[in-house]
Amino acid sequence: MKVAREFYKSPKDIPLEEFLTPGSPLCAGCGGLTTLRLMHKVLGENVVIVNAAGCMTLLATYPFTPLKSSWLYTTMASASAGAQGVRDALDILREKGRLPSEEDLKVLVLAGDGSTYDMGLSSTSAAIHRGLDFWYLCYDNEAYGNTGFQLSSASPEGARTSTTTDQRQQRKKDIFDIWLAHHPAYVATVSAHEAVDLAEKVRRALAIRGPKLFLSLAVCPTGWGFEPELGDELAHLAVETGVWPLKEALAGKVRHTYIPNRFRPVAEYLEPQRRYRHLFHPQRDEPGLAQIQSDVDAYWANVRANEFHQPQETLHARHD
Amino acid sequence: MVKKLLTGNAAAAWGARLARVDYVPAFPITPQTEIIETLADWFSGGTMQGKFVTLDSEHSMLTAAGAAAATGVRTFTATSSQGLIYALEVMYSVAGWRVPFVLVNVSRGLSAPITLGPDHNDVLAARDTGFVQLHAETCQEVLDSVLMAYRIAEDPRVSVPVLVNLDGFFLSFTREPVEIPEESQVGEFLPAFEPVQPVFRASNPVAQGVAVLEASVYSYFRYQLHRAVNNALAVHAEVAADFERIFGRRYGTVEPFRLDDAEVVLVMAGSFTTKAKAAVERWRSQGRKVGLLRLRMIRPLPAAEIAAALTGRQAVGVIDQNLSPGLGGILYQELAGALAMTQNRPPILRSFIGGLGGKDISQTEFDHVLEVLDSARPDDGTREPELLLTRSEWEQIRNRLVLAGKSPVESETRSAS
Repeated sequence: MKVAREFYKSPKDIPLEEFLTPGSPLCAGCGGLTTLRLMHKVLGENVVIVNAAGCMTLLATYPFTPLKSSWLYTTMASASAGAQGVRDALDILREKGRLPSEEDLKVLVLAGDGSTYDMGLSSTSAAIHRGLDFWYLCYDNEAYGNTGFQLSSASPEGARTSTTTDQRQQRKKDIFDIWLAHHPAYVATVSAHEAVDLAEKVRRALAIRGPKLFLSLAVCPTGWGFEPELGDELAHLAVETGVWPLKEALAGKVRHTYIPNRFRPVAEYLEPQRRYRHLFHPQRDEPGLAQIQSDVDAYWANVRANEFHQPQETLHARHD
Repeated sequence: MVKKLLTGNAAAAWGARLARVDYVPAFPITPQTEIIETLADWFSGGTMQGKFVTLDSEHSMLTAAGAAAATGVRTFTATSSQGLIYALEVMYSVAGWRVPFVLVNVSRGLSAPITLGPDHNDVLAARDTGFVQLHAETCQEVLDSVLMAYRIAEDPRVSVPVLVNLDGFFLSFTREPVEIPEESQVGEFLPAFEPVQPVFRASNPVAQGVAVLEASVYSYFRYQLHRAVNNALAVHAEVAADFERIFGRRYGTVEPFRLDDAEVVLVMAGSFTTKAKAAVERWRSQGRKVGLLRLRMIRPLPAAEIAAALTGRQAVGVIDQNLSPGLGGILYQELAGALAMTQNRPPILRSFIGGLGGKDISQTEFDHVLEVLDSARPDDGTREPELLLTRSEWEQIRNRLVLAGKSPVESETRSAS
């Protein structure tokens, strides 16, 4: 089932205008880039992107930028503080009558999972705590991708990175719930594969003042080890296996925006990826796979227990 | 114009207030906190208009400051010691963004061991960041330097952040009579901030702080920053002339004190210079031809002014209130560099380390410095920097070591008396 669409019924309804134009040094098949492109379509042109060190830092390399919007690269740890400075300055100028409203900008932090889950968490936590009116997009490819895919606290259970030393590594940090505990105005998970769901969420958040936080599973051909043309299929499998739940929270109330009617086994999502190869070769690691499956099952059991009392009119069955 | 007894911290806050700053991102740290408390009070009471916001760290605070300046508001912030070091990464970044704002640093010795008293290892660690640095000796100079700093930072020939340094405790918490200029006069000296460089506006998208992957182009931008910081020398001269015309007080990049016929010259920076000036006056009254050169601007380093002030002297002693382990005094090295290729440079140039963590430099220690400079010979060769310590202070150290269960060993440090 999926929630009723409010603004966009199908991908054809999403604005045609592009603010992220072709031509960047990023990898073919980058899920983060597609997420940014889709999000930007709904946000419109008047955006200043405040970037933390990561793959996306290579978007603007002198003297080029593929963006029609503004850009400020900060550091790995303080992009949200940069957003604070820009937003505060724009607000001060507005209040003092030194900036006409048509010159105002939306402030969007663009950060990877390394910055978001680890080094930048302090500055983001503080910005949410202050109720800063800003947008935040984490393109989560589940490792330090730009440096060659090293372990981050977003790296999921069982996935190999170039610095994984322990077979029984930690579980992925739950940044959605960490954000949620700060009571942001809006928080959502998205997937570039689910363009309508993504566009709906950004559009819904447009009306909201305060922190608007988006966590996107960014399929990563180079880090995860798959051919770029498989990106959409993998993103789709992440959702259909239940590995990547699509959800949002408005004023703290969580709802899932899509729940597969029948979950596919997680192994279908894991097997095409080189980072999970050790779970399948030289022989299937049944206990390892069972552990990952059971963690996903436990998540959804919890969702069923807590969320299924929602009014049914907001939910209807998916047609495909 | 009113004259008030102000601490160095209050003088810094007054500088920001008179500069009509729009934005103060802040984070508390001893001994700077009084500055942000004073400003928070003025913002909440409506005396200052704009926004005061407490960030989660100095790293975030400096990022917010740079980002706000890049959006075109006049920005002020302050920190100390560990905070400055914590923000060091961002100092390089925002200087590279070429955004104008003012940062006050209240100097305090660095950990470990953690301490509270002042020395200059914090601010000198930031000397390569691309910030202009002004070091104040008095509370009046703190206020005046903040106003001058905005003129320098906002000048399109410079367009980098300016750091104004004052010493913790000795200036931050010491009340001195300070002339608070009239707002109208400040308005004449420092007009409203009108950004010359592009700022973030919907009608004019800009990409700021972008990656530069070609080494040649990277070299270009880094050298451009060097040129911009160097431009602060000429801009400072203009700003100082304007300042003198309007307020009647004159500041140079260096301050010569009793230098005219001086054969022996001490070189220092910061509030401890006041102690050295007292020593110079005492020696002068004894007929000794001793003078002092205070370094006020440390970035850009006014090498020509330093060389002009020191050439022809018999002996120069640099008292560094900092220590670069494995090197010695930082300013000594910078001075030696400034003098290296000058004609008629002083044949004797000696290095002393004093005032670490706010340790006093006593009359006895100054006398010892003069004694060393008197007896030094040009053919002495390179000497180790000398750590200034009195015998009673050495006894105090021994006593603490004994209490800590350590057996004190006579170290290589020399005692002055």
